[in-house]
Amino acid sequence: MTAYLLQGVRPLGGEPTDVLVGDGTILVIGATAAGTAEATEAERLDVSGLVLLPGLVDLHTHLREPGREDAETIASGSRAAALGGFTCVHAMANTLPVADTAGVVEQVWQLGRDAGYVDVRPVGAVTAGLGGERLAELGAMAQSHAAVRVFSDDGKCVADPVVMRRALEYAKAFDAVIAQHAQEPRLTTTAQMHEGQVSAELGLAGWPAVAEEAIVARDVLLAEHVGSRLHVLHLSTAGSVEIVRWAKTRGIDVTAEVTPHHLYLTDERVRSYDPVFKVNPPLRTAADVEAVRAGLADGTIDTVGTDHAPHPREDKDCEWAAAAFGMTGLETALSVVQAAMVDTGAMTWADVARVMSATPARIGRVGDQGRPLAVGEPANLTVVDPDARRVVVPADQATASVNTPFAGMELPGRVVATFLHGRPTVMDGRLVEPAT
Amino acid sequence: MKHLLSASDLSRDEAVLILDTAAAMAATQERAIKKLPTLRGRTVVNLFFEDSTRTRISFETAAKRLSADVINFSARGSSVSKGESLKDTALTLQAMGADAVVIRHQASGAPHVLAQSGWTRGAVLNAGDGTHQHPTQALLDAYTLRHHLVGLRAATDPVGRDLAGLDVVIVGDILHSRVARSNVELLHTLGATVTLVAPPTLVPVGVEPWPCAVSYDFDEVLDAGPDAVMMLRIQRERMVDGGFFPSPWEYTRNYGLDARRLARLPDHTIVLHPGPMNRGLEISADAADSPRAVIVEQVANGVAVRMAALYLLLTGADHMQGETE
Ligand SMILES: [Zn+2]
Repeated sequence: MTAYLLQGVRPLGGEPTDVLVGDGTILVIGATAAGTAEATEAERLDVSGLVLLPGLVDLHTHLREPGREDAETIASGSRAAALGGFTCVHAMANTLPVADTAGVVEQVWQLGRDAGYVDVRPVGAVTAGLGGERLAELGAMAQSHAAVRVFSDDGKCVADPVVMRRALEYAKAFDAVIAQHAQEPRLTTTAQMHEGQVSAELGLAGWPAVAEEAIVARDVLLAEHVGSRLHVLHLSTAGSVEIVRWAKTRGIDVTAEVTPHHLYLTDERVRSYDPVFKVNPPLRTAADVEAVRAGLADGTIDTVGTDHAPHPREDKDCEWAAAAFGMTGLETALSVVQAAMVDTGAMTWADVARVMSATPARIGRVGDQGRPLAVGEPANLTVVDPDARRVVVPADQATASVNTPFAGMELPGRVVATFLHGRPTVMDGRLVEPAT
Repeated sequence: MKHLLSASDLSRDEAVLILDTAAAMAATQERAIKKLPTLRGRTVVNLFFEDSTRTRISFETAAKRLSADVINFSARGSSVSKGESLKDTALTLQAMGADAVVIRHQASGAPHVLAQSGWTRGAVLNAGDGTHQHPTQALLDAYTLRHHLVGLRAATDPVGRDLAGLDVVIVGDILHSRVARSNVELLHTLGATVTLVAPPTLVPVGVEPWPCAVSYDFDEVLDAGPDAVMMLRIQRERMVDGGFFPSPWEYTRNYGLDARRLARLPDHTIVLHPGPMNRGLEISADAADSPRAVIVEQVANGVAVRMAALYLLLTGADHMQGETE
């Protein structure tokens, strides 16, 4: 296997140094790297001044395969992930068929290996068919080759409190986590956007913050009662941040996620009636954006998950009410986090590594991802040019869908290189075909 | 003015221009030969994704009296039936050479999508979108208010005047009402003071920045002596969640307009309703048929206002031409 010498790179944005990568691991860090025997054979990359991060880990990706290959395939989504700096993504279970059996999760896992751009970790459904009524075979999925450790009905809420309680309890046997899409269904039956001043004016049915907060509050109390781990997906409101903050002070084993779009966009965007801004949970107010940024910065929110949700063009090329919920995000996530958190001074690159790599890997129990940048650790790495600026062009992205809300916007930062177990998947900002 | 999508598109002067143009149009409708040659050779498409015979006929009559060719196109919306999409329908109409598209759609914002998409080059005129806007309804209400409360009441010609100083009360299902949203904006633009009256369940969360007052007490508002009371239809078809009020009888007791409430009003106060009415629910027969009610007039004014809107959109005129004076 080829070795790579990253010259002048700044690990976690710190002091420039050389990093030698080979054999799937980090071999040397420091000025001595260039003088080692392996370095003489190594491909040298002048990445001076660029930031080195552990490969990004997404706990929340919709890859759509099997079933909706018109929107995305595991191969196309994997390429998008690599270009976005990811080395591991968790594929949500709301496929057709639903990933609620060992067979489906193993298929997804195998297709991810075949694609070869990122480690694809399947998420298993909590309930059979995402029906919310009876548990799927969590044990079979956990014990399969896919070794599922994250279960979620994402797209739907596990609304029945008894089913949620049982899921939280049962998952303890495999050290797995239940990742909840917190949405009280009765409060959101016709919901189209955040309920507030903008929805009142636009005449679109509201998705009230309380519909999220009520479930988050219930679930942290359930998790406390049964002593289980809970992960709150795409937390979007100031109230949810407060509830999670309170739960953590009580010692409840809860983690929470925010998406890049909830860190950056508000419900004011809906005034255009452009369905590219239609997402679930919906874009919230500026006060909510401020609260989730503060929550991410102070550790109340643990991770950034993309909720990459590709849709075919026809599902967005229509009136708002008829459009599908969801936005793509893999290829813009790091830039949006840089814009919202790093460039504003709220977080450092070390913090970014924590919320986009180390913590999601720990929550998903992915042993060889999200590791420290240290000798002997697996070489899952991302090199970012933080000074680059780019305009988002949907058609230029690797994802098979074009529903990015950032189209036409200028964002900071560019992923220059991504290494998956020591092999480059991205070089000079372009995909590197895996050797077959 | 390229499109008419929302009452908020209109400045005070633009709104007054439309009302003045409508007055001129109405005058021509007193003649034996009502038809004007103004839009000869132009094509107006009535694109109705939601059934509304009365609104469609009003627009159709308006277009025909201006000598436009009219195509009526009834479609079923993609959100409801997965029928033909808005996009394909619009492209079809574009191929037919539509100069203006009058669109009624059950989805809020559909006219905006049509206007911004590039799917049609024609002017887009919103004839009611979901629970969002219905600007020509607000214009015909404003026209009716001006005619009675500025013109007849002072025995003057109201041309050039706005609605400054008038107190208008709008009562009923504000939450689901595009008529209310349009009227709040337009009447405010024209200088009127608006008070909304409804049970709290039918007032949208987020109403605070609207340029109006909100009350839950109909009788108290009536005792303040408003110049006009506009009753909204209770839209049972939009109340899929149900439970907005305990019973029709309780609603009628607290928010219905009946003879008893009518008697509390000053003599000059008029009663409006956009129709179709639920007699016995939001309005009693006594109130609907009283001399104060201008409901039938609203229908006639609707044609004049829509003639004015089509004329101004399609000719790009910022003042009335001699031919219709
Ligand atoms: Zn979700």
